[in-house]
Amino acid sequence: MRLILQMLLVAGLTFAGLVHAQAIEPLPFKNHAEEVRFQHLTGQLRCLVCQNESLADSNAELARDLRLDVFQQMQHGKSDAQIKQYLVARYSDFVLYDPPLKPDTWLLWFGPLLILLGGAVVVAVAIRKRNRDGVPVETPPIDNGDDW
Amino acid sequence: MNRLLPFFGFMLLVALFGFGIWWNTQHDPRDVPSPLINKPAPAFNLPRLDDPMQTVSKASLLGKPYLLNVFASWCVACAEEHPTLMADGSKLGILLLGYNYKDDPNDAKNWLREHGNPYGEVITDRSGRTAIDFGVYGAPESFLIDAKGVIRYKHIGPLTPEVIARKLLPAIAALKKEAP
Repeated sequence: MRLILQMLLVAGLTFAGLVHAQAIEPLPFKNHAEEVRFQHLTGQLRCLVCQNESLADSNAELARDLRLDVFQQMQHGKSDAQIKQYLVARYSDFVLYDPPLKPDTWLLWFGPLLILLGGAVVVAVAIRKRNRDGVPVETPPIDNGDDW
Repeated sequence: MNRLLPFFGFMLLVALFGFGIWWNTQHDPRDVPSPLINKPAPAFNLPRLDDPMQTVSKASLLGKPYLLNVFASWCVACAEEHPTLMADGSKLGILLLGYNYKDDPNDAKNWLREHGNPYGEVITDRSGRTAIDFGVYGAPESFLIDAKGVIRYKHIGPLTPEVIARKLLPAIAALKKEAP
């Protein structure tokens, strides 16, 4: 009985190893630099299927196809910008993790700054009002008896 | 007044969150708007499902509008969409072109035999290479392509009777109107 269990376990582990080996698709990189460039580029691109994963990380079928596509374009000597342009033309800016700066995205880029400015205005108005009212602000005693 | 300020701030937040929830019930946040709308459809030349020796190309379809519907036998949402196509496909008044995406031709044939075939013609893209040109990222997807080969409308996800009545049929009617 024990022997059978052990054999099953070994078989299972071997099979798991095989499945895992199939999951990694070895792309025939010419050299290490090319591989680094590929990893860097696919890390900046979003997988359309699992939208919180990059092309590099995703195991989705489409991500695999797109990785192959990116790889082949690299082989044809396309630059990173050209490859990105190619994908943006098909899948819109959404494929880029970094949204480009253009009129459509001004609010996205500068919105936080606007909110900060808005807050600053509110604070400035409040301070000025307090100063004009001239009421010396009585600071409450720090020790108000609360025993924390 | 000043004492009510935190309350108004709270209500503002409630309104914002409520709007967000409402917005997400109206829109699928996973939808990626296609940059190809009102642009020429990518050129394609793909084998027919019933006769792989023959191909259908974008050029051969010019002259009449058609609805390209991406489907696959492995796609669960396509099976969900299928009864709608069976019922309303003929109401469209244009060619319903099936685009069999990354599928085994035999699986696709069996699937169509089992569920019925609403398509005027079916082309196959087994590698999914041409689908990348179309910006397909999940089946089912439907592209309305006009007589000049320009993509006029795209629907991501299953077509429902409601989508057909409210979006697709008006878009098709608009095409018919502008045709000479």
